[in-house]
Amino acid sequence: MDDDAKDDHQNRPAALGCAIAGTSVNLPGIEPATCFRSSGLTKVYGSGHSAVHALRGVDLELPERELVVLLGASGSGKSTLLNILGGLDRPTDGRLWFRGEELTGASQRELTQYRRRHVGFVFQFYNLMASLTARENVALVTEIAEKPLSPEEALTIVGLEKRLDHFPSQLSGGEQQRVAIARAIAKQPSVLLCDEPTGALDSATGVRVLEALRDVNEKMQATTLLITHNAPVAAMADRVITFSDGRIREQKRNEHRKDPKEISW
Amino acid sequence: MSAFRMPGMLSALDRKLLRDLWGMKGQALAIAFVIAGGVAVYLVAAGMLNSLEDTRRAYYDRYRFADVWSPVVRAPRSLLADIRRIEGVQAAETRVRSFALIDMPGMDEPVTGQILSLPDIAEPAVNQIHLARGRQPQAGRRNEAVILQSFAEAHALEIGDRIAVTIYGGRETVTVTGIALSPEYVYAIAPGQLVPDPRLFGVLWMSRDALAEAVNQDGAFNEAVVRLGYGANENAVIRELDTLLAPYGAAGAYGRDEQMSDAFVSSEIDQLRTMGSLLPPIFLLVAAFLVNVVISRLIATERDEIGLMKAFGYSNAAVVMHYLKLVAVIALLGLVIGAMLGTWLGRLLATVYTEYYNFPLFLFKADPRVYAIVSLVTAAAVGGGAVMAVHRAARLEPATAMIPPPPTDYSRTIGSNITRLTFLDQQTRMILRQLVRFPVRAAFTSIGVAVSGALMIGTLFFIDSMEEMIDTYFNVANRHDVQVMLMEPRGRDAYFELLRAPGVLDAEPYRSVAARLRFGHRKERASLTGVVATAELSRVVDLERRPVASQPGGIVLSQDLADRLGAEAGDVLTVEVTEGRRPVLEIPITQVTTTFIGSAAQMHIEDLNRLLGESNVISGVYLKVDPAKTDVLYRQLKTTPAVAGVGLQSIAERNFTELMDQNIGMSIWVYSAFAGLIAIGVVYNSVRVSFAERQRELASLRVLGFTRGEVSYILLGEIAFLTLLALPLGAALGAGMAFGLSQAMSSDLFRLPFIIHAGTFGYAALVVIVVTAVSGLMVRRQLDRMDLVSVLKSRD
Repeated sequence: MDDDAKDDHQNRPAALGCAIAGTSVNLPGIEPATCFRSSGLTKVYGSGHSAVHALRGVDLELPERELVVLLGASGSGKSTLLNILGGLDRPTDGRLWFRGEELTGASQRELTQYRRRHVGFVFQFYNLMASLTARENVALVTEIAEKPLSPEEALTIVGLEKRLDHFPSQLSGGEQQRVAIARAIAKQPSVLLCDEPTGALDSATGVRVLEALRDVNEKMQATTLLITHNAPVAAMADRVITFSDGRIREQKRNEHRKDPKEISW
Repeated sequence: MSAFRMPGMLSALDRKLLRDLWGMKGQALAIAFVIAGGVAVYLVAAGMLNSLEDTRRAYYDRYRFADVWSPVVRAPRSLLADIRRIEGVQAAETRVRSFALIDMPGMDEPVTGQILSLPDIAEPAVNQIHLARGRQPQAGRRNEAVILQSFAEAHALEIGDRIAVTIYGGRETVTVTGIALSPEYVYAIAPGQLVPDPRLFGVLWMSRDALAEAVNQDGAFNEAVVRLGYGANENAVIRELDTLLAPYGAAGAYGRDEQMSDAFVSSEIDQLRTMGSLLPPIFLLVAAFLVNVVISRLIATERDEIGLMKAFGYSNAAVVMHYLKLVAVIALLGLVIGAMLGTWLGRLLATVYTEYYNFPLFLFKADPRVYAIVSLVTAAAVGGGAVMAVHRAARLEPATAMIPPPPTDYSRTIGSNITRLTFLDQQTRMILRQLVRFPVRAAFTSIGVAVSGALMIGTLFFIDSMEEMIDTYFNVANRHDVQVMLMEPRGRDAYFELLRAPGVLDAEPYRSVAARLRFGHRKERASLTGVVATAELSRVVDLERRPVASQPGGIVLSQDLADRLGAEAGDVLTVEVTEGRRPVLEIPITQVTTTFIGSAAQMHIEDLNRLLGESNVISGVYLKVDPAKTDVLYRQLKTTPAVAGVGLQSIAERNFTELMDQNIGMSIWVYSAFAGLIAIGVVYNSVRVSFAERQRELASLRVLGFTRGEVSYILLGEIAFLTLLALPLGAALGAGMAFGLSQAMSSDLFRLPFIIHAGTFGYAALVVIVVTAVSGLMVRRQLDRMDLVSVLKSRD
């Protein structure tokens, strides 16, 4: 609460809110609009001798609807970038735009609204509510979203239409992760941010989860960013960004996206 | 491994213990304070009980306090030998006792006094006095007296000072030769009073010969006092004494239970015993529950660390010891705080006690045994709570411990169907499922909060009850301003004389005789009072404050007397009057009613006089007085020879209120504070644990776009729900506790009415709600500071 109040006094772009409020328009057939644009994004944790430079000036432009895979070693900065893009963290320096509106400088409250309207998160650990069934876990989000899918639709997309009333304790790891994906997509997010969604899963289950993510990206046209340690996964992406030491080392586009079924690790 | 440790170095485990403790310092302190509350209450109650009982025993033994008193009208001194021969009598003494009015300079109000004789040759064999300063009066010196210390202090009287005393109608000037304490006046109150007022009540000890001469008891006595041998049968001795002394106007011998001072001390001891056995277990049970919850959570959080420790080769015992040590530190902290708090409160209370109870030396001293007992009981309770939690740590297999636990299973929870109701939002559903999934913990949390509310109601109830008692007694039942007691029964003219006295607005005569009431095989000493049929100034009222008028020819009995006799309305009592011609009468009980203070056996004054075979005589008069003219009236009363004593209602009421404010007021605030401690301990820990358990879920919700307010709802909704549930429960428990206390604390001297004002419930509820809100907000600050990313990316 205190943070919110403080933030409201900071200078921030006057027009912020239109994109965050969800009125951006993408015209079909025309060059896809830019979803995220950043310039000189920097993130430093701590200060003095103990300062850790997680991001050292990242310039980036990500078009709408793409499936982007972020690769890199531990501590290379990819998770930090994802968190900043998702409004969970703020850069120390540099600027960031979402659909043309500046996110840097937004207040806590505005970031909460931004996450609520636009962002779907999937983490390595599924972070489901143990006391809610699959359906209810998804309903948690649809109850506060503007134009959500029904929980049943979202769970059907990830292939869990037969497990609607199961509690997390009754689901396998892969199923739990798919509930987490259903929860993330049920609000029809503009962006889907996945931090090692297959990290805790075996290869076969992981492929099932990747398929679900690809389907979501294709059907719902959500810009999807996917962090992974498994380089072969990059083959399913439109774009692959490799991080090293807080910087983008390499960025390339795949001509053809591979089916997750053809991927193994 | 400890063999290789450098001396003075903490082992790694102990260092972890200290850090764990530091990390949970708020919770640890909250628990320590609940423990401290229990320890302190126990120490105060048990220590005070100890001190009071020990001091009383030593004092009574040293000064040979009597076991039986037997007042008579006038008996020859030669009977002493017969009294000593009664089986079971270890020592006996005869003496002269007289009422007196003391006229203190500069004071309008008449001071009621009692004068007792001291043997002229040796110390009395029974009821010796503790001479604090000065000397005993010289044999036969009519103008010398030792006076009671509290009276001396109230009037700043010193040895050599002179006071004017009206004894048996004659005015004497007496010189103070000594200042003394007596086991008979530990709680020194004038007859008919409830609270000591050393300004208005004094005791004088005079030479036997001198006093006997002054009150026409030459060669005689009007009271025998007896000490019993070990194992003697008190009732048998009383019977023998009554038989022996009946020809001399024996009013009926009585034991310590009817000796006013000792009855009050005993009542205090009983109350301490009740308090000491009722309250500490509540605190310790709550503490045990809190320890269990907090340690369970800590073990769940440190699951993988426990696995790691075991994988490194630490034994189960070492792991268990580690957590028990942590609990031991908390318990020790509670014990130390409690011991200090208890000793401090005990000393504070002791100074309050010395204002009301006059012992030569009274110190708060808790027996080492008391400390030992409280330490053991605390260790057992807290250890019990800990062991139940810690055995989970012992059972964990290292391999299982190091993989994350599966999600808590909610699928088979009874009652989860109810929570599927579609109108619920998911957050509310989460709250409800948590409650039905962990019902024991929810129940204990709610009960814990309820207990704190109940404790508050149970103590604040005393104020409500006392106010009702005082108000009924002074403003409804006894509406007179002054009670005038006559030296001996007088004709109706005495009443008219007082009615004409200055400032008197209204007057009502009464007749009072000592009697033994008998029903079946049970017997009770009582004072049988006759009042006018239309009594307005002093009357018996029922619980609804309606006056209870005695029916012609019948008797109204107070409930306590009826209970002790096993009689009820409609029964016929045998009344053995122990005064005058000592008639034995059969009188029907027309009504039984509860009186809050004292006992009552009341009938019409005409009936009583007729049954006694006496004409229109009175023992005293109740007066309604013009407040502007009291001083004139008092001055007249002080010099009226026929007046034995005067009771002043307004001062009595003020004394009672003061006693309440000071003595009871202090304990009430102490207990309210303790109740608050329990509430804080339960609520704060409950929310903290809930936060620790749900941190991940709460962070997830924040990431999903829930606002802080929405997320707080899940965290605080649970405790709010449990607190709301606790309110009616606490009200019911509190009412039960108040009822129990009203029964337990009531004695022959007074009955605590069971009355709880709405405001008391309201106050308790308010405190509980405020404590819940503050504790909740304290934890909410942590919610606000939560680092979402690190929480979500960590393994549970």
